[in-house]
Amino acid sequence: MIIDHPLLGPRDAQEFTYLGDASLINRPDWQSENALSEFHDYLYLRDNPAGEHRELWYHEQGDRSWLVVTRNTTTHEILNVELAHDVAKAAAAERSAQ
Amino acid sequence: MTNGNRLKGGLVDRNTSLNFRFDGNNYSGYQGDTLASALLANGVRLMGRSFKYHRPRGVLTAGSEEPNALVELRSGGRQEPNTRATVAELYDGLDANSQNRWPSLERDFMAINDRFSNFLTAGFYYKTFMWPKAFWEKLYEPIIRRAAGLGSLTGEHDPDLYDKGFLHCDLLVIGAGPAGLAAALTAGRAGAQVILAEEDFHMGGRLIAESGALADISGTDWVAQIQAELSGMGNVRLMPRTTVFGAYDHGIYGAVERNADHLAAPAEGKPRQTLWRIYSKRALIATGAIERPIAFENNDRPGIMLAGAVRAYVNRWASTPAQSVVVFANNDDAHQTARDLMAQEVEVPAIIDTRPDAPDVEGTEVLKGAEIVNTSGRLGLTSVQVRVSKGYTRDLHCEALAMSGGWNPNLGLTCHQRGRPVWNTDIHAFVPGEGLPVGQTVAGAAKGELTTDAALQGGAAAAVSALADLGITATQADLPAAQDAPVSLSPFWHVKDAKRAWLDFQNDVTVKDVKLAHQENFTSVEHLKRYTTLGMATDQGKTSNVGALAVMAELTGKSIPETGTTIFRPPYTPVAMGALAGRAVGKEFHPTRLTPSHKWAEEQGAVFVEVGNWLRAQWFPRKGETHWRQSVDREVLQTRNSVGVCDVTTLGKIDVQGADAAAFLNMMYANGFAKLPVGKVRYGLMLREDGVAYDDGTAARLAEDHFVVTTTTANAVLVYRNMEFVRQCLCPDMDVQLISTTEAWAQYAVAGPNSRKLLQKIVDPEFDISNEAFPFMACGEITVCGGLRARLFRISFSGELAYEIAVPTRYGDAMMRALMEAGEEFDVVPYGTEALGVMRIEKGHAAGNELNGTTTALNLGLGRMVSTKKDCIGNVLSRRDGMNAADALALVGLKPVNAKDTLPAGGHLMNMTGPIDAANDQGYVTSAAYSPILNTSIALGFVKGGFDRKGEQLRLVNPLEGQEIMVEIVSAHFVDPEGEKLRA
Amino acid sequence: MRYSALRIFKEAVTGHKGWTPQWRDATPAEAYDYVIIGGGGHGLATAYYLAKEFDAARIAVLEKGWIGGGNVGRNTTIIRSNYLLDGNEPFYEFSLKLWENLEQDFNYNAMVSQRGILNLVHSDAQRDAARRRGNAMILNGSDAELLDTDGVRAMYPFLNFNDARFPIKGGLLHRRGGTVRHDAVAWGYARGADMRGVDIIQNCEVTGFRIENGAVQGVETTRGFIGARKVGVSVAGNSSRVMAMAGMRLPIESHVLQAFVSEGLKPFIPGVITYGAGHFYCSQSDKGGLVFGGDIDSYNTYAQRGNLPVVEDVIESGMSLIPALGRARLLRSWGGIMDMSMDGSPFIDKTHINGLYFNGGWCYGGFKATPASGYCFAHLLKTDRPHETATAYRLDRFMSGHMIDEKGQGAQPNLH
Repeated sequence: MIIDHPLLGPRDAQEFTYLGDASLINRPDWQSENALSEFHDYLYLRDNPAGEHRELWYHEQGDRSWLVVTRNTTTHEILNVELAHDVAKAAAAERSAQ
Repeated sequence: MTNGNRLKGGLVDRNTSLNFRFDGNNYSGYQGDTLASALLANGVRLMGRSFKYHRPRGVLTAGSEEPNALVELRSGGRQEPNTRATVAELYDGLDANSQNRWPSLERDFMAINDRFSNFLTAGFYYKTFMWPKAFWEKLYEPIIRRAAGLGSLTGEHDPDLYDKGFLHCDLLVIGAGPAGLAAALTAGRAGAQVILAEEDFHMGGRLIAESGALADISGTDWVAQIQAELSGMGNVRLMPRTTVFGAYDHGIYGAVERNADHLAAPAEGKPRQTLWRIYSKRALIATGAIERPIAFENNDRPGIMLAGAVRAYVNRWASTPAQSVVVFANNDDAHQTARDLMAQEVEVPAIIDTRPDAPDVEGTEVLKGAEIVNTSGRLGLTSVQVRVSKGYTRDLHCEALAMSGGWNPNLGLTCHQRGRPVWNTDIHAFVPGEGLPVGQTVAGAAKGELTTDAALQGGAAAAVSALADLGITATQADLPAAQDAPVSLSPFWHVKDAKRAWLDFQNDVTVKDVKLAHQENFTSVEHLKRYTTLGMATDQGKTSNVGALAVMAELTGKSIPETGTTIFRPPYTPVAMGALAGRAVGKEFHPTRLTPSHKWAEEQGAVFVEVGNWLRAQWFPRKGETHWRQSVDREVLQTRNSVGVCDVTTLGKIDVQGADAAAFLNMMYANGFAKLPVGKVRYGLMLREDGVAYDDGTAARLAEDHFVVTTTTANAVLVYRNMEFVRQCLCPDMDVQLISTTEAWAQYAVAGPNSRKLLQKIVDPEFDISNEAFPFMACGEITVCGGLRARLFRISFSGELAYEIAVPTRYGDAMMRALMEAGEEFDVVPYGTEALGVMRIEKGHAAGNELNGTTTALNLGLGRMVSTKKDCIGNVLSRRDGMNAADALALVGLKPVNAKDTLPAGGHLMNMTGPIDAANDQGYVTSAAYSPILNTSIALGFVKGGFDRKGEQLRLVNPLEGQEIMVEIVSAHFVDPEGEKLRA
Repeated sequence: MRYSALRIFKEAVTGHKGWTPQWRDATPAEAYDYVIIGGGGHGLATAYYLAKEFDAARIAVLEKGWIGGGNVGRNTTIIRSNYLLDGNEPFYEFSLKLWENLEQDFNYNAMVSQRGILNLVHSDAQRDAARRRGNAMILNGSDAELLDTDGVRAMYPFLNFNDARFPIKGGLLHRRGGTVRHDAVAWGYARGADMRGVDIIQNCEVTGFRIENGAVQGVETTRGFIGARKVGVSVAGNSSRVMAMAGMRLPIESHVLQAFVSEGLKPFIPGVITYGAGHFYCSQSDKGGLVFGGDIDSYNTYAQRGNLPVVEDVIESGMSLIPALGRARLLRSWGGIMDMSMDGSPFIDKTHINGLYFNGGWCYGGFKATPASGYCFAHLLKTDRPHETATAYRLDRFMSGHMIDEKGQGAQPNLH
């Protein structure tokens, strides 16, 4: 596969290490009342969709960026690639706005 | 033998005669021959035996789809089993042997199977060989295994080299027949980056196999002309002998180029084959079509061939399988075979055409509406029996038969991403359907357009259209006029009522087998294939699958497309494993990482050990030492008594900088780092988010905003990855930057009571490293040896007064030598990973064997380190009940009750009484060593509730090696439990 | 019909006219006591044991395509009981014992062949781990032997002992491990279940569950509604998709595992070899093909195909271990979708919905588990209690902290 890195352009997927669902960015609050069950769901449960999947890839043999790749799990077509740092910053900003 | 069946003309070089051997007999052929064409020219029809019934077989095809003519080529480590004679280029001295026969190809003992074929029907083995139970493994299976298989490997190491490479292009054209050449020409002239890959060693496809494909120029001449033009284009790469075997995601194709298979052996230092990964923006499948046989009684005798293959042998290789050839077909195309043979003065007694309205052919008789009902000839065809009309049969003498049931587009590559072909009723064959791999189009016969004219025009048009997608304007190249007679074919799959009519030649699957499968409800294609082994041979059913589908369709009353099609999977044709491995074999399997002191250690005669990709000194044997233990004991004792030095460069090192560096590490480690003062080091434990401990190390605070983190050797990459994850994904607003410096610094542990004295000779005098100024867990940036910048950490893995000193990597070798020289007066000793391991076990430090991915801080006795007052990776889930049970495993020390006993790591621990079984398991031994300080074997291990069981005796059992040893649970800190030495 | 050599003889002399379908193509009834979703090895085995061992009646197996077309139809055929952890080893030992008597039990020759499995070790730490595992196997009633380098050389002289990057320092030999003709397992169970009245319904895709008041009433299918008292789901790589129809999220990801077969060769590798320094395991089928595999492609996928880097990785490993493989050819590769769980171990459990049971999370170890998985799932379906060897396979074990993590990789499915 080829991943179109937002900073570096098209790179072979072999340069990356795969982690999994991009929901791993949304780590729960450790002080929440239901922290244990929230962390359980966060770490262990997955939508695992057949179709569009937002997922984390790490450019280990490249610039060390974590990327959020939107990819179809039935065709492997890649629909979007973002820097995970941007995604996480936006999510954090949204959280603090609430 | 002579070239008795050699004809005039052809693309063989009659000036270059080549000698070769087959089954020990000497023959000769010409440059340009394949093994198959040369054998045919020499009058050899019998080339192999079938898999199951060991039926005598000759060549069926003229290409890579060959099911029958498989040979063992070459010998020794170069012996290649199952090589298709049809694609093996002849070279001088070629030596091939037939396979899967004993004692000889002519007299094969296993042909007895053929006599019992009525008992050996599809899937018979699922119904028998079950009694008595033990006989399957002892008797039946060994017999079956010996009988099965085709060619053999010698077991010797393959001596050849294989390479790998990457290629990029705008347009990858697969197949250099009329469609592919027209496409490459069109794209090449437009200036696009083009790769033209052709599995054959000669470009041209059917253009060089047919006598009259083009109107005004011979196919061969046109191919030569186009090839010359393409060769002159810098933007076109011509790749003959290159098989594109797989279509992978995003336009990436796998291809193997056979660089030296046409030579007796590759030239010195040159590869035998090269694996190419071709990154294409667009790809054009121009792979042509594969002719299909007709199933009739005994349709598998040597001499029975596909009609198109016979034409290829006659026209391209100037060889005929025999001097008398009958044609059997359901289409006009095969009639050309008769014409081409007759043009070369080969006798064609008749054309048998299943169509009542078949056209006439000048020079021979066309038996219309006829079919072959049987054939004769044990080791080669001698005659065919033809049913001319009901009740009336006729024998025709002939030594070869050219048959044709029509052509199937060769569309495997279009289906590698699970695209399904669709049925085309004009040509009665599957053609590419929806769901082609991204960027792929198809042209020519592969698309079902079976005329030369359509192939030329379609190929050029496909190139124009593919390039238009890329914004490249191309105009269709000028192409010669060509044959454009429409396909005239009436579907005919098998002659009814045959007793044994072959569909899959190699695996011996007959029409009857398909009937039996249907009878037993194996009607889906996948079931049919698996139950009968149809299409599972080395040719993957290229000549057989569609015919079998047609038979099944008849039986079920469904149409062929309703019956289905099997899935095409890579590789398109079998690929040598050597090519897929490339250079990553032997010592080059993984890269080897060496530390800066490696050369020095070699000079000392060190024994090295693989640690991940690193090579580390394991111990340093001295003169007179005959056993590794002697060396290791000495290294330990000398370190503990005076001073030792160990290269610890392999530890992961990560620089952490930024205003939030401390807050960041507070998040990474289970224990607190926020308040660590500048100039101090702290031991840190990292958890996974699931609360399991996975790495430990130290973090040294060099400045308010600057830490240096070390990790274990094994986890250097993982810890860094996880830190980047936390930085980028979980704490995106923190001001912190990371860089791995593992390879930037050489680092040495200097341990032992004299370590300070030694270092004082190295460290520049302006830096006070006395115990007061530089106590245990101090760190600092210093200079050594008169101004070389270095980092010093007062940390200890051995339990001794110890330091780790780091210098830039390029000074690593010099540093090691300087330490050794400065230490001479203290009798300094270098120590390797074994002594390192012994000392850490003596001190009770956890390492990889304890941090095994299932143990928690609690298990390790570090439960109190996990802060509950801050957020950090893993602390929430480490609180789960199941990880905090009262009898949780606890890391303890173990020593033998009888001091002479040796404790094995990996032994399990049982209470002193009770049965020895899993239910009574109390834990296991993780690490064990001989302690030269304590003069006994010691171990670390996990014991249920072990922290409260000190002094208790257990049985250490090792049933694997028949051991049972009494041990006592002790503190894991065997030496200096109070830590006085390291603070001295 | 009972299969035997005599039967073959009789049929051969009477024109093979007597062979009957190995299973019926049943049409769905209105309702069943037990509906098993998934006509793979596990689903068919569940139905077989429900009918045979637990005297259950009114059983249907629903299969969206053709039975045995999933992972039981494409795997590397290995059976073994060489697990480390107490949550696993008794279950796999139970499974191996069922394999040892399977063919006589269901009257179908599945070619169970206990050729021995050798796990190679390449470092002292690996040897320590192998010793711990070997002892755990023996303590759980399985078999294990620890070989040194010479012991390995005696069994497999063609391995790379000369210029290996990671020298072979020994191996853990499990003699009762071996291989099985995988397709025959599906067919044997199907035939056995069919003979006991189970309806095997092919081309019947489940499109939804009918759940009322927290209890399952049946399933919606492409062939209409089928009522059921109890529904067991056994759909491997499609677990998340099917259970999502019941509103459940699972601790499972779907990944593709590629497997490979070479051209047919005369006997070369007598048993099963597992490389300890790379991703490669290999055996040779009765037909002569070398059957081998390695690591999964790392990303989530439902596409039953992999990519080239993993092919290269596996074959590089193979060649570095067996240098003579260079002249053999790769014939075919295929990909199956694995239900990779969060700790690498499976689930055989009830769900929070009454009457809905789940069997999955087999990662790429499902084939060897087939008999015990079927037996234990049947036990749970019939008795509502877990079988004694499958008590650890609970869906709530991540909440309670009782992970069964053989590889020690934590909650990352693609590393198990």
